Amino acid sequence: MTALALDGVSVALGGTRVVDGVSLTVDDGEWVTLIGPNGAGKSTLLRAIAGLVPFEGEIALGGTPLRSLRRREVARRLALVPQSPLLPPDLPVAQYVLLGRTPHVGAFAAESARDHAAAARALERLELADFVKRPLHALSGGEQQRVVLARAIAQEAPLLLLDEPTTALDIGRQQQALELVAELRAHGPLTVVSAMHELTLALQYADRAVLLAEGRVVASGPPAEIVTEQLIAEHYHADVRVIANGDGPVAVVPRRPGR
Amino acid sequence: MTASRRLPIACAALFLAGAGLVGLLVGPVSLGALPILRSALSHLPLLHVHSPLSGPDDAILWQLRAPRVVLGALVGGMLALAGASYQGVFRNPLADPYLLGIAAGAGLGATLAIVYAPDVVHSYDLTPLAAFAGGAVGVVAAYALGRSAGGRSTASLILAGVTVTSFLTAVQTFVQQQHSQSLQEVYSWILGHLDTAGWHDDALVAPYILVSAVVILFHRRVLDVLSVGDEEAATLGVNVRRTRLVVVAAATVGTAGAVAISGLIGFVGIIVPHAIRLVLGPSYRLILPLSFLGGAGFLVLTDVIARSVMAPAELPIGVVTMFFGAPFFGIVLRTSRSFA
Repeated sequence: MTALALDGVSVALGGTRVVDGVSLTVDDGEWVTLIGPNGAGKSTLLRAIAGLVPFEGEIALGGTPLRSLRRREVARRLALVPQSPLLPPDLPVAQYVLLGRTPHVGAFAAESARDHAAAARALERLELADFVKRPLHALSGGEQQRVVLARAIAQEAPLLLLDEPTTALDIGRQQQALELVAELRAHGPLTVVSAMHELTLALQYADRAVLLAEGRVVASGPPAEIVTEQLIAEHYHADVRVIANGDGPVAVVPRRPGR
Repeated sequence: MTASRRLPIACAALFLAGAGLVGLLVGPVSLGALPILRSALSHLPLLHVHSPLSGPDDAILWQLRAPRVVLGALVGGMLALAGASYQGVFRNPLADPYLLGIAAGAGLGATLAIVYAPDVVHSYDLTPLAAFAGGAVGVVAAYALGRSAGGRSTASLILAGVTVTSFLTAVQTFVQQQHSQSLQEVYSWILGHLDTAGWHDDALVAPYILVSAVVILFHRRVLDVLSVGDEEAATLGVNVRRTRLVVVAAATVGTAGAVAISGLIGFVGIIVPHAIRLVLGPSYRLILPLSFLGGAGFLVLTDVIARSVMAPAELPIGVVTMFFGAPFFGIVLRTSRSFA
């Protein structure tokens, strides 16, 4: 089954075409990562999929056109973890995660026992049970990342959009964050579309990489075939070595000119 | 409602009841708490309690003090609730109901009415209507300017409110200076007052405030969702623009009604919600109902101070709220972490 289908999607921001005719399908349970240089349109494409910016072309979630869905229905089908989420400093972790249940709570109603249970499951799964009463400002960067992920998981949407989930995290936290996503996928059907800067991580975690440049898809396929020295040189204007072991390419390292 | 929310709300309701009793008790004529309670019961049907108060005392209680206490509660509750909702929808802890030009517009409307139509004003009690219209004009101007200047950003809306406020205040001051004979009347209106004659003003303003309060309180959970940001609230299924418009419109109508009757009583919308936030945390599900109850009790008590410190003369109530409010505002400014 197709979880997400994009057909000729274009987005213009302030008169500039930031995303230009992107067509893409993502299967149920697949992890697709968008890579590409700064300004390639990765984040904007994710925001279009989330219904946050107007777009041309067609986007379908599980076969239903995005435009025909009401905002609440979209929120039950996809959750977005933004690049730099706004965290109300004094809000306790438990209340923040419970806000993820909003699309399931009636317009002027309160959360049901089911909602509390779903939030508790998300907290448990992300090992946040000890943090429930802590205000968000008292958490470290890595813990905050987990809390935001827990809120998205509590939403119980089959499609998870991650916008640069590892920005501002150290290498250990980057690994933990992505391992968490991998674990969540092991627990149940979850389709993930992420935007990533770190090519090494993209190589290791995604099922498929889609390389965007100037708003267009320039390559798409298994990460090992997309993250190549030649494509990176061409689109990132970077001189890199892609290091392989027996299983294929595993790391991307910069090469200093003249050495 | 969970038990954790019931307790603070019960406490706030008790605070309001206590403030109301103090408001009824304090005055030049001493009535006593028990006679007041018995008199209150005597006005209820089916209880057959006899009022212990004489005719004049009964009139002082029910035609002078009670309407004033109720008006203070309505206006104070509305201003605090509107302040909390503005702070919520704009995610700005220093936002308050006067932000979008309501106060300046209402001040100009009242000044124009007092200065240019004194006879009509005094025979038909037109000042509230003129203030209401002026307040509405101020808000619409600020909103239109904010939208045309910066689209959807809340900063541009707030700056537009400041701009409109400055302009309207300049016009108001000019008109006021040109007609110094009505300076005293204009000035005392602007500084705020809760003096009533019977229940007329209460009946006039209550519908606006009650409808506005109900609309805002229905949005208490949605305001919590808005606190995580516009885009995230949208991905959680909230129509952010519509929510903001509805809440601001309700808060503005209620505030305009309150201002029209009582003049400009500043800082209630800052002091009360922030005091609640400091004690009970950032959830609007508590802040909104408690702001209404707490603001109501707060203004009733403030009014007791305003009419007793210089008795028999009255201090304008706006002076009292500003005297305590400005230092508190400074404290909020210094300690606020969530200034966005």
